[in-house]
Amino acid sequence: MELKAVGTAGTLESSDVMITLEPTTSGGIVFDSFESSVINQYGRQIKAEVLASLERLGVKNAKVIVNDHGALDCTIKARVECAFYRGCQCDMDGKFDWGGVIR
Amino acid sequence: MKNAVGREIPEEALAVKLTNGRQYEPYQGKGYRDGKYIKKAGPTTKVYQKPIESKILPSIRDAVIACGLKDGMTVSFHHHFRDGDYIVNMVMKEIVDLGIKDITIAASSLGSAHDPIAEYIEQGIVTGIQTSGIRGKMGDVVSHGKLKTPAILRSHGGRVRAVEEGDVHIDVAFIGAPTSDEYGNARALGGKGDCGVLSYAVVDSEYADKVVVITDTLVPYPNFPPSIHGVNVDYVVKVDEIGNPKKIASAAARMTQNPRDLMMAENVAKIMAATPWFKDGFSFQTGAGGPSLAVNRFLEPLMVERGIKMSWGIGGITGPICELQRKGLVGKIIDVQDFDVAAIEDIRTNPNHYEMTASEYANPANKGAFVNKLDFVVLAALEVDIDFNVNVITGSDGVLRGAPGGHPDTAEGAKCCVIVTPLTRGRMATICEHVVTVTTPGDCVDVVVTDYGTAVNPNRKDIIEALDAAGIKHVPIKELQEKAYSMVGRPDDLQWKDKVVAILEARDGTILDVVREIKPYEI
Repeated sequence: MELKAVGTAGTLESSDVMITLEPTTSGGIVFDSFESSVINQYGRQIKAEVLASLERLGVKNAKVIVNDHGALDCTIKARVECAFYRGCQCDMDGKFDWGGVIR
Repeated sequence: MKNAVGREIPEEALAVKLTNGRQYEPYQGKGYRDGKYIKKAGPTTKVYQKPIESKILPSIRDAVIACGLKDGMTVSFHHHFRDGDYIVNMVMKEIVDLGIKDITIAASSLGSAHDPIAEYIEQGIVTGIQTSGIRGKMGDVVSHGKLKTPAILRSHGGRVRAVEEGDVHIDVAFIGAPTSDEYGNARALGGKGDCGVLSYAVVDSEYADKVVVITDTLVPYPNFPPSIHGVNVDYVVKVDEIGNPKKIASAAARMTQNPRDLMMAENVAKIMAATPWFKDGFSFQTGAGGPSLAVNRFLEPLMVERGIKMSWGIGGITGPICELQRKGLVGKIIDVQDFDVAAIEDIRTNPNHYEMTASEYANPANKGAFVNKLDFVVLAALEVDIDFNVNVITGSDGVLRGAPGGHPDTAEGAKCCVIVTPLTRGRMATICEHVVTVTTPGDCVDVVVTDYGTAVNPNRKDIIEALDAAGIKHVPIKELQEKAYSMVGRPDDLQWKDKVVAILEARDGTILDVVREIKPYEI
């Protein structure tokens, strides 16, 4: 499973986060833009959550855009996972790895 | 030096010079200055022995010149027009256009209507701000260290004390008034844009060297009974509009339909009813926030059930308390500010709805303000910490965006101070370990009601006993904080630079806390 195209998930609503993943071939994980309404108190934790989710999903290289409006950790995980699968452009036929890479 | 709420007050703040030479002290605890004496500072005022027919000048510019306003002076304003105010920007533009600089603005409060002042701060023309509220662009530039001297933030009662004691001397007061006669007798009713009362401006009219009344509605002499007395007024200026009437008062403070807010409000009413002060003749104030305002609605059935009435209600007045009075459940309404059209309409027609001055409302240094006789106050908060300290001034990013207002005054005065706030707002934990800035000290806060439970200040054994007797559940505040952090995560500490950008005065004029310049967050 790998990123083939730009994958986006989430909204700009309060308590949500919009995650955009763009495939790259090298350079590791790069944050193209990182915005959050709670950046001063939770920026570090949001970044850690995004990186941990990407690692679980096996993403080594990508450009990442985070636009957060106070999402909780569970929402951040869900949006990263969803953006990833959308970017993979493959029909999973419902066979997602619940409880595995999807937390 | 650490003060009584555990905040480190730096030398830089303690060394800030007050006009009367009074030396700042760190906050010492509730009631510290009780029984001490102050010498009131009098203004230097001009003698008008020879009769003149009128004090009207053709423009604000003429008034600025006539008052002899010059570099380094302090000008004052009131905030009864709230977000609809035109006066501050109109006057400041004339002052700046005349090339006058190094100006301190000492307003009862400032808001987002005053964004243009931010530019004067950046240009170094406005070098001092003393206010209750600071928001919008002004809050932003001050938080970024652009103001030459630290802003001084005071409660409404604390401001009256500071002016009377001479901590700040007002050279020229500019008082916007819905109506005035040619001698400066000014009222808050009967004009194009009414604000109901002029309570906050009274101390300015009595303690400023020069007083200018600015109105858009001239009425025949004598405009009686006045809120601002012509005997204290030097000049009167008529302008086209003093403010936007639609923004001076919102159409109606909307009663919240949010079930979370309603549940908290109902719990507040039940807690009040379980205390010994909920008896015939009790007194009450609520804030204008959603859940606080909704408490009015839940008090009614409890009062009817017990067959008791409220003897008086004070504060920022809104429709719901007037409504309660019309039902015969409130004796008198004593009004320091009107938040909606319903309250303004009510003071126009209701003989039991009275105007009071900000000093009568909340001044800690007079001989007993209304807040000292208050049984209950219900207030909101941005944050409350495990020591019951409240923050209503700095946001979660450390930027100034609020106002202590009457919060610290009513909290210290009232027998039972209840804070009502949701446990979390989005990802922000409202109940936290340490508030960003202390604006009301924890020794004045008695009960905290959230959607996840209620906590009582352990100092208030009497309230704990009363709630236990009534079977009302409460938990240690630490439990609420832990619950909040378990939901949203533990917040990182904000990053600050060294520079002190604002001083939070306790109402008695000691220093409760300081706000420092924020450091931009780097990911």
